[in-house]
Amino acid sequence: MEKVLEVKDLHISFHTLAGEVQAIRGVSFALHKGETLAIVGESGSGKSVTSKSIMRLLPQANAIIKKGNILFDGKDLIKLSEKQMQKIRGKDIAMIFQDPMTSLNPTMKVGKQIMEPILKHQKISKAEAKKRAIDLLKMVGITNAEIRFNQYPHQFSGGMRQRVVIAIALACKPKILIADEPTTALDVTIQAQILDLMKELQKKMDTSIIFITHDLGVVANVADRVAVMYAGKIVEIGTVDEVFYNPQHPYTWGLISSMPSLDAEDQELYAIPGTPPDLLHPPKGDAFAPRNQYAMKIDLEQEPPMFKVSETHFAATWLLHPDAPKVEPPEAVKRRQFQFSHEGGRIIG
Amino acid sequence: MAEKEKLVEVKNLKLYFNKGKPNEVKAVDNVSIDIYRGETLGLVGESGSGKSTIGRTIIRLYQATEGQVFFKGVNVHGKKTSAELKKLNRKMQMIFQDPYASLNPRMTVADIIAEGIDIHGLAENKKDRLEKVYKLLAMVGLSQEHANRYPHEFSGGQRQRIGIARALAVKPEFIIADEPISALDVSIQAQVVNLMKKLQREQEITYLFIAHDLSMVKYISDRIAVMYFGKIVELAESNELYRNPIHPYTKALLSAIPLPDPATERARKRIAYDPSQHRYKPGEECKLCEIKKGHWVMCSEEEFALYQNQLC
Repeated sequence: MEKVLEVKDLHISFHTLAGEVQAIRGVSFALHKGETLAIVGESGSGKSVTSKSIMRLLPQANAIIKKGNILFDGKDLIKLSEKQMQKIRGKDIAMIFQDPMTSLNPTMKVGKQIMEPILKHQKISKAEAKKRAIDLLKMVGITNAEIRFNQYPHQFSGGMRQRVVIAIALACKPKILIADEPTTALDVTIQAQILDLMKELQKKMDTSIIFITHDLGVVANVADRVAVMYAGKIVEIGTVDEVFYNPQHPYTWGLISSMPSLDAEDQELYAIPGTPPDLLHPPKGDAFAPRNQYAMKIDLEQEPPMFKVSETHFAATWLLHPDAPKVEPPEAVKRRQFQFSHEGGRIIG
Repeated sequence: MAEKEKLVEVKNLKLYFNKGKPNEVKAVDNVSIDIYRGETLGLVGESGSGKSTIGRTIIRLYQATEGQVFFKGVNVHGKKTSAELKKLNRKMQMIFQDPYASLNPRMTVADIIAEGIDIHGLAENKKDRLEKVYKLLAMVGLSQEHANRYPHEFSGGQRQRIGIARALAVKPEFIIADEPISALDVSIQAQVVNLMKKLQREQEITYLFIAHDLSMVKYISDRIAVMYFGKIVELAESNELYRNPIHPYTKALLSAIPLPDPATERARKRIAYDPSQHRYKPGEECKLCEIKKGHWVMCSEEEFALYQNQLC
């Protein structure tokens, strides 16, 4: 498969009054053409920082990219000047933000906001751009597009506003779309509509999507591949089936078992004990070790490398080392693994 | 369920904002519901459906436009002396959605938790007060040294625990939890929900659990009420509601929850809800009718027969 974006060994720190916060500590992944890669993790795990670094939207005053490359279209995005980056931003790589209430300009008509990237990146007349903008509004499912074109954001509901944001992001047919929690602020019924819309548009335009979320249900719905982040690192990456039905990292086990399933009857929910580490002083060894009931001595001393599970599935846990003892994953995970081994062939093949 | 004791009785409750003006909003429109002692009643619906407003009206943060709320047979609304109010407030407490905004940043944790103890005079002396605070902190899984810190020193999950400890301080019988876990991370949500369940077992607390995360609501609730535009459209035991959703809106809502299971997600068919699909004739009345024991659905007479057939 063709790679459209490759992130290699990315390290990002923030300088704060308290000291250096190591937000990203060595992240590598590739994004293939036309696929949806979901990045999951809790707040502070570095998923938004990763995506913002691709767009080069990190605050220049205190964010430092210490190491690593972001390769796109033969260029290293980290080394580009701001001017060169402006030509890519919004044209080749576009972004949808979490909160449609704040990501639109309240003093500008919606139509004008959609025309903005078109006029900026393409040499076409205003009249043509307006036509395009109206087409885009229709494409994202807004009725009465001609009238809506001249309205302000406050005249739209939350779901409609997010549709407008999507229209703006897709205005220049970007190769990559980064969606940072695009449905978190929306109701479930509206969320379902927006997810369907994004999938439909992706098929039409063959865009690659990086989808950032903490909702595993949404991931199962949209993703082709999943990367699980914890404390500034990717701890597990694989196809959606591999990560949901055959997870390897204890953190992924914890995430999956802490979600109640709708059909399971009453049983105590599994809760990952403790809280995520403070990245001002990242722990030695595996960052998840203090919360991990399966932690071994080596977890506290040395960071695990990425172990290969299959061609597409990797996980960073010492449990995959040939010398590691066999451990029993939690009940909910075993049920999933059972499903995978019995139906897996059918699901994947 | 006749043998169960009604703890809270909501009768024909109406709450209109901007009443009589052109922009009148019927946030809660003629809702009646009973909450039994020791149960957890889940209340779900989309934003703007009035679920938070019901919670806030039950605890008298809003004055009801019409209708009554009875707590152990005593009307919560209407004229009250401050002594009467105090008595009610001790028995009903609330946990709020945002653990960042609901704790006073200028008070120490001990003072936040003990505020209710002070107001109701539950502590004999300073030592007793502090001991009570320590006990509450231990109960919610925090330690003694947290007592003298300020809210900003805690994470979201810890803050929500402080909010829970504050609600528990006055030994309430009924807690209204308004989206207590929405602002928390997945791994922390489970911790808080387990804590709430544990406290319920130990202290026989009754919960009204308001949320839009349906899978968590199903997990914690005994019964669930679904709200749509100020009205309850369906009410049933939680397993029954998930197995046999009857009202079209409930079906739409259930079909919209994404499940952490890729195979199910790929096979999923979404149902959309269009209020006009009922084809009510003008003047036709809809009521919450019991179509099966304990399973109530908002329907007209015509639909009542239809829905009952669907059940078998």
